[in-house]
Amino acid sequence: MFYREAGQFKTSYKKDQSILPIFQDRIAMVAMLIFCFIVIPLFANDYWLASILVPFLALSLAALGLNVLTGYAGQISLGTAAFMAVGAFAAFNLQVRVPEIPFLIAFLWGGFCAAGVGILFGLPSLRIKGFYLAVATLAAQFFIEWLFTHFDWFTNYSTSGVITAPPMTLLGMAIDNPLSKYFLVLSIVVICAFFVRNLARSEIGRAWMAVRDMDIAAEAIGINLMKTKLLAFGVSSFLCGLAGALWAYVVLGTVEPQAFDIARSFEILFMIVIGGLGSVSGAFLGAGFMILLPILLNNVGSLITGGTISTETIAHIEYMVFGAFIIFFLIVEPNGLARLWQTGKEKLRLWPFPY
Amino acid sequence: MDWWFFLEVFIGGLLSGVMYSLVALGFVLIFKASGVFNFAQGAMVLFAALTFVRLLEMGIPMLAAVGVTMIIMVILAIAIERIVLRPLVNQDLIILFMATIGLNYFIEGMAQLVWDSKVHVLDLGIDEYDAFEIGEAFINKFDVYAALIAGGLVLVLSLFFRYTVIGRALRAVADDHQAALSVGIPLRTIWIYVWSTAGLVALVAGAVWGSKLGVQFAISSVALKAIPVLIIGGFTSVPGAILGGLIVGCGEKLAEVYLGGFVGGAIENWFPYMLALLVLMIRPEGIFGEKIIERV
Amino acid sequence: MSKFLSSVVSFIVFFVVSIAIAGEHFVPITSYRTGPYGVSGAPAANGYVDYLKMINARDGGVGGVKLAWEECETAYKPDRFVECYERLKNKGEAGATVFQPLGTGLTYSVIDRLAADKVPLITMGYGRTDASDGSVFPWVFPLMANYWSISTAKIKFIGEQVGGMDKLKGLKIANVYHDSAYGKETLPVLLKQAEKYGFELKGFPVAHPGLDQKATWLNVRRFKPDYVVLRGWGVMNQTSIKEAARARIPANKLVGVIWSCSELDTVPAGKAAIGYNCSSLINPGSNYRVFDDILKYVYDAGEGTGEKEEVGHQQNYKMGVLMGIMTVESINKATEKYGNKPMSGEQVRWGIENLDLNKARLQEMGIDGFIPTFKVSCSDHEGSAPVKFQKWNGKEFEPASDWIATDQSIIRPMIEASASGYAKEKGITPGCN
Repeated sequence: MFYREAGQFKTSYKKDQSILPIFQDRIAMVAMLIFCFIVIPLFANDYWLASILVPFLALSLAALGLNVLTGYAGQISLGTAAFMAVGAFAAFNLQVRVPEIPFLIAFLWGGFCAAGVGILFGLPSLRIKGFYLAVATLAAQFFIEWLFTHFDWFTNYSTSGVITAPPMTLLGMAIDNPLSKYFLVLSIVVICAFFVRNLARSEIGRAWMAVRDMDIAAEAIGINLMKTKLLAFGVSSFLCGLAGALWAYVVLGTVEPQAFDIARSFEILFMIVIGGLGSVSGAFLGAGFMILLPILLNNVGSLITGGTISTETIAHIEYMVFGAFIIFFLIVEPNGLARLWQTGKEKLRLWPFPY
Repeated sequence: MDWWFFLEVFIGGLLSGVMYSLVALGFVLIFKASGVFNFAQGAMVLFAALTFVRLLEMGIPMLAAVGVTMIIMVILAIAIERIVLRPLVNQDLIILFMATIGLNYFIEGMAQLVWDSKVHVLDLGIDEYDAFEIGEAFINKFDVYAALIAGGLVLVLSLFFRYTVIGRALRAVADDHQAALSVGIPLRTIWIYVWSTAGLVALVAGAVWGSKLGVQFAISSVALKAIPVLIIGGFTSVPGAILGGLIVGCGEKLAEVYLGGFVGGAIENWFPYMLALLVLMIRPEGIFGEKIIERV
Repeated sequence: MSKFLSSVVSFIVFFVVSIAIAGEHFVPITSYRTGPYGVSGAPAANGYVDYLKMINARDGGVGGVKLAWEECETAYKPDRFVECYERLKNKGEAGATVFQPLGTGLTYSVIDRLAADKVPLITMGYGRTDASDGSVFPWVFPLMANYWSISTAKIKFIGEQVGGMDKLKGLKIANVYHDSAYGKETLPVLLKQAEKYGFELKGFPVAHPGLDQKATWLNVRRFKPDYVVLRGWGVMNQTSIKEAARARIPANKLVGVIWSCSELDTVPAGKAAIGYNCSSLINPGSNYRVFDDILKYVYDAGEGTGEKEEVGHQQNYKMGVLMGIMTVESINKATEKYGNKPMSGEQVRWGIENLDLNKARLQEMGIDGFIPTFKVSCSDHEGSAPVKFQKWNGKEFEPASDWIATDQSIIRPMIEASASGYAKEKGITPGCN
């Protein structure tokens, strides 16, 4: 009853093509933005901001990137963490060598470097697909990890191979407390999310989905496969690189190449599978799930048993729960949490009528 | 040019390559029969090895332990077929692949939950440090025995596929599920057979690797090395798994010894993948694989 | 929805648990019992917890105030460690006393937050080496010996084995290390020593995780080294020992770092490990009163965290007990100045900086001989303790040397240079208060 679009007439082409055509959707989006920008900072404490929300946002950006590649364009990638590493190290290197550059430019530079590397490792996608392509991305993963561990130039010759992110200042304000970090990451992620949403509805997005569904047919109707696939790799790696830079600068403050290992790649893949392939909200839902579940298990475990279940057992159970959830979602709802949410919305459109 | 040293590296590489093939065999079996790339093979190796070594530690004699472990692997196979494969029958292969990734995590967690995550020493009664001397080259005896075991297993499996009824049924299923069904081949039973055989292969691989490295969590990462083996040899070919393993093992060692010095060493992690990438660009189906024909 | 629910649940949990631990010194235990290094981390965590339990049972805590602790699983991942750190740093009545990450990457991820959070870090035998200069790193304490110190001790040990430091000239020493930040950290100091003593050094990195080292050791054999310095962690260690045997390099030519020095590394290697030497911060053997006390007060009361056989007999367990000893001693020292009440991180920091473990105190604590005497100060956050070497005889470790002093004359200038570089980068004014 509340969610009907009856009575909402579009009076211009522009209005017809807006991202959120239904008025109620727009209200919901504004409400959510207000919640994120105003309500959460007022009520959340430092722990929540620094250890849960900021990593959640950074990882959802990476998940967003992977979603572009795997969800929209259908190219499986197991090398997400490597692209994040490229972003982080590129941004760091630029700032270390040219100290006057503002960190936002460094982030963009990290993203572009990652995009370049992504396109390079995406070249095999022109010949192979499916999990053969996944193997090519695995090659990227291992190679890049080795590259950063081995050549001290990347870590600016630090003896321990760990890079420390330089302090960030924006318009004279230092960004060093959880609150400012939260706002920074939130703004970047919101902008990127809208960007991806828009991209998905555009001609490029439709071309990606055509390639995902059946690339030979797509080629037959005139879509340039090379351009489309490489663009997917580029955009996806850009976002992953940006996420990597955020991870290094904002979340951890320091990073060594092992932070971007294959386990991280799998983690992000899980996020988009559980969250829903091919949807922006899926990236966020999946990331939220993956980040909160271990913490929840940890806390609930110690609450219920008063510490008699060892942390080890809890960690094993965590593995099992993740695996089980992946299988569960793939069986029950291959389109993930996002689809469940959408189904809910559709039911809401009819409410209170049954059909 | 120190030829004895080269011989040692070369043969050592071949032998360790055979060990990779052991793990790759499990993948090939399942892919051949159901078209599913079973990412959980590494976890199955870990689970089989842990079960085996724990049973041995409890004092059960070796043959009985093998038997009990096999039974457990068959039960696991049945469970997997029923819970994971059956509901996903008509889905995209990508979905199945990701389901096996989930399965991998699940089995890894379960193996350690049930048995524990300590390192277990597995003593198969073969001396690990004895070596044959050929000129100035040392060829490790254990590696040779492992290679023989793997070779024997491959032979048995190849004969099995070619000459037995079940083997032929498996090949039929690999060709076309629907056609096999229409001829009366019980798909579900076949899948249980396949996953059980993969379980047996996992047990052998786990025993060999576990004896070499100690049975522990890190063994499941050996599965990652098996992927380039499959790419090079072809996903659907048993002899391809062997050849792929030999190429990967050999190439990896030779590259590390002779090229590694120039780039700083430790290139073993990514070299097989680059090799696989090269093969993918030239001959995507692998050396012995079947050409992939796609219809629109 | 799930986020909201879990946040409500977590909030309740925090509330309940925080109430439960008022009036005690709070010790956060960031352990890793899973993941690739869980086999090493679990016994260490057991040792740590057992020691704390023993102090509570035997002494009633420190200064009459009991110890409380909470374990948090990091799986050796920096982001999880940061989450544990943020969650536990303010727990307890006075906040967390001290963190011991037991991982170098983990250490780095929180160093920049310590000053603001006023919580110290003990990184015994690992961590950021230049933090030994306390004037730049007031909150980080690489106690007893840092990586570079241990490296000099290793070279001194080799010198001992060949009959004198002058005999090192012309020797060939191979350095087999884990290809990571941890592994590479000793390269500069080894090069310096190679220069000073005239031995030929070659590095052989092992790709993580180090399960397959055949090619590496073939390379090592080609180099024909006189000694091999091993710097591994986790599964790499036992594979290295085995591959060394296969490459016909006798075990007694291997000298391992303290993190390659546990039963977990030697037992799986079987007979290949007999004669293997490695460095340790503690004396081998279990004949110390502290272990008897743990057995009596903790295990006999049924409160043992791990397995009884480990107590005093397993290297990682003993290191865990050592971690506990450091924490408790620091709290104890802090109560000397600040009184008998729950200690805060800032107060414990003072305690660590003024640690003075002399023979009398060691005897009091029942660990005389277990660790050497050492003293911490502001400029020396390490304490410059000597290092012991032990040899595996097939069943257990036995002493292979006496306490070997580390060569600070080589290391200290390097540390100070690195620390002042860090100070400049971060805009810190070094100083000791």
